[in-house]
Amino acid sequence: MSVLIFADQVEGVVKKSALEAIQYGSKVAQLLHTTASAIVLGAADDAALATLGNYGVTKVLHVAAPSLNEVDAAAYTHVIAEAAAQESADVLVFPFNFDGRAIAPRVAARLKAGLVTGAISLPDLAGGFVVKKNVFSGKAFASVNITSATKVVAVMPNTFALEPSGLTAEVVNFNTSIPPAKVKVLQREVISGEVPLSEATLVVSGGRGLKGPENWGLVEDLAKALGATTACSRPVADAGWRPHHEHVGQTGLAIRPNLYIAIGISGAIQHLAGVNGSKVIVVINKDPEAPFFKAADYGIVGDAFEVVPKITEAVKALQ
Amino acid sequence: MKILVCISKTPDTTAKIAFTDNNTKFSEAGVQFIVNPYDEWYALVRALELKEATGATVHLVTVGGADTEPIIRKALALGGDEAFRINANSQDSYYIAAQIAALAAQQGYDLIFTGKETIDFNGSGIGGMVAELLQLPFVSIAAKFELNGNTATIRREIEGGEEVNQVTLPVVVSCQKGMAEARIPNMRGIMAARTKPLTVSEPVAADTLTSIVSFELPPAKAGVKLIPADNPAELVRLLHEEAKVI
Ligand SMILES: Cc1cc2nc3c(=O)[nH]c(=O)nc-3n(C[C@H](O)[C@H](O)[C@H](O)COP(=O)(O)OP(=O)(O)OC[C@H]3O[C@@H](n4cnc5c(N)ncnc54)[C@H](O)[C@@H]3O)c2cc1C
Ligand SMILES: Nc1ncnc2c1ncn2[C@@H]1O[C@H](COP(=O)(O)O)[C@@H](O)[C@H]1O
Repeated sequence: MSVLIFADQVEGVVKKSALEAIQYGSKVAQLLHTTASAIVLGAADDAALATLGNYGVTKVLHVAAPSLNEVDAAAYTHVIAEAAAQESADVLVFPFNFDGRAIAPRVAARLKAGLVTGAISLPDLAGGFVVKKNVFSGKAFASVNITSATKVVAVMPNTFALEPSGLTAEVVNFNTSIPPAKVKVLQREVISGEVPLSEATLVVSGGRGLKGPENWGLVEDLAKALGATTACSRPVADAGWRPHHEHVGQTGLAIRPNLYIAIGISGAIQHLAGVNGSKVIVVINKDPEAPFFKAADYGIVGDAFEVVPKITEAVKALQ
Repeated sequence: MKILVCISKTPDTTAKIAFTDNNTKFSEAGVQFIVNPYDEWYALVRALELKEATGATVHLVTVGGADTEPIIRKALALGGDEAFRINANSQDSYYIAAQIAALAAQQGYDLIFTGKETIDFNGSGIGGMVAELLQLPFVSIAAKFELNGNTATIRREIEGGEEVNQVTLPVVVSCQKGMAEARIPNMRGIMAARTKPLTVSEPVAADTLTSIVSFELPPAKAGVKLIPADNPAELVRLLHEEAKVI
């Protein structure tokens, strides 16, 4: 019995959502009185991987094969399942990020393990293995019991704050057969220098109230002052004012930052579905009747074009 | 070419979320049900575009009770050729995936499309499971899908960006916004859907590996604290000192 955590990385840096999964998995191991190891696939510096001990694992399995530098769900599944067998892992933990969404269900099917994705609580072991997850796009939670012997949990990003311990882990090279990838990566575009929206703790978002893409400097200046990532409502992305990956909501990305600032967004139920997991919501809207105020913690009724630059100044003054 | 689109039934996006039976059941009172938006707007419509471009056959499958028939008829009205309903009520992804995989193994598809996730369960699990059960490649959260003979070029979302993948069919793809533009069924489609084949079959044996114990609603917000528009600095102070988020 043990816990195995899949930690995905980009260019040798383990993603923040994966660190959260490692910490979660380590806590599950404590609850089960067993040990936790992480598995990292593709090229990465072993000294850097040793620091994953910070989040509670004592061992990191590293498969450095260059063919794993690109994610192929099938090849990754094979390697993770082999590692699970070697470690006698009966709980497997993934970050519920883009890679996790592709791989966790495959691994679950391979191991015939019950799957809970988007977990927002540690398992309650009193009545089985009961994990709370988001359902109805964040409008409710469900407690789900995993009844199979092997269990797979994919942890909701930005839900568990990291508590680094300063400990290091032992890094072990894990040798196994690697099936050839069937999915080839032709091209990758990542906006550099910005925290990806799915991992951002601070988000500034704009809606149709901003009138046009030429006014986005307002949103960007505030985001920059805060060190925040920018987002937008659906019509804004649909109109091509902003790139699609910024679209949050029911049909876009669901996010859970510490702070979500909504500027000129009415707060339609489908928009709220993607952001209502945010810890603090600030709404700036000129219409006091905008539904978003009902879901907000702080609000300013006013014209964004006047209010937002002043907020940006005040943020700069704070630093 | 044969394409399978996996269709699920979900409450409308504006449905009031409430629970009955001691918080163990979703309250369906007054709720309108729709085809899961990801399945309809992106998976199905892209499949129909491929049908129009290549003459492919589009099959639909739903795992559900008789109450899912209006949903599958709606999907047929948009242009699917033939539908399968596997008569089982389950909320376990593995069980549902096993049903879809069994149908697919029997029928043989070049392409299987699912939605990115169901908007009620938000599992995002079934596509990957079906791919694993059939030992097919899987590309998740696709925003664009182009086909050239037997080769698919797929744009998919990753953290803070996008990736372009290439894969030889057969493949399982989960679909999101960008794949296609939503369509509205026309009268001819609705009439034609009434007579299109809808085969109901009993489920294959499969294990259920999870069960929902209970639901709960998030705690209500305390109410918004309004800050005068002429004093935005006060907002920043509150975020710093009270909420401690900046
Ligand atoms: C099935 C379905 C799925 C959907 N999915 C999503 C989704 O994922 N994400 C999403 O966002 N939407 C989604 N929608 C659309 C959603 O219903 C709303 O139409 C959309 O969120 C509205 O965007 P908005 O708030 O930017 O624009 P609007 O509703 O037009 O609101 C603009 C707001 O700006 C305010 N405003 C105007 N001028 C100013 C100013 N000078 N200063 C301050 N405030 C100002 C106005 O008072 C208004 O409240 C979905 C809809 C459906 C049917
Ligand atoms: N009962 C079902 N019958 C057929 N397809 C389904 C069913 N449930 C989910 N799916 C498909 O699987 C996708 C992902 O669902 P989920 O894993 O539940 O989020 C959906 O978008 C559908 O395409």
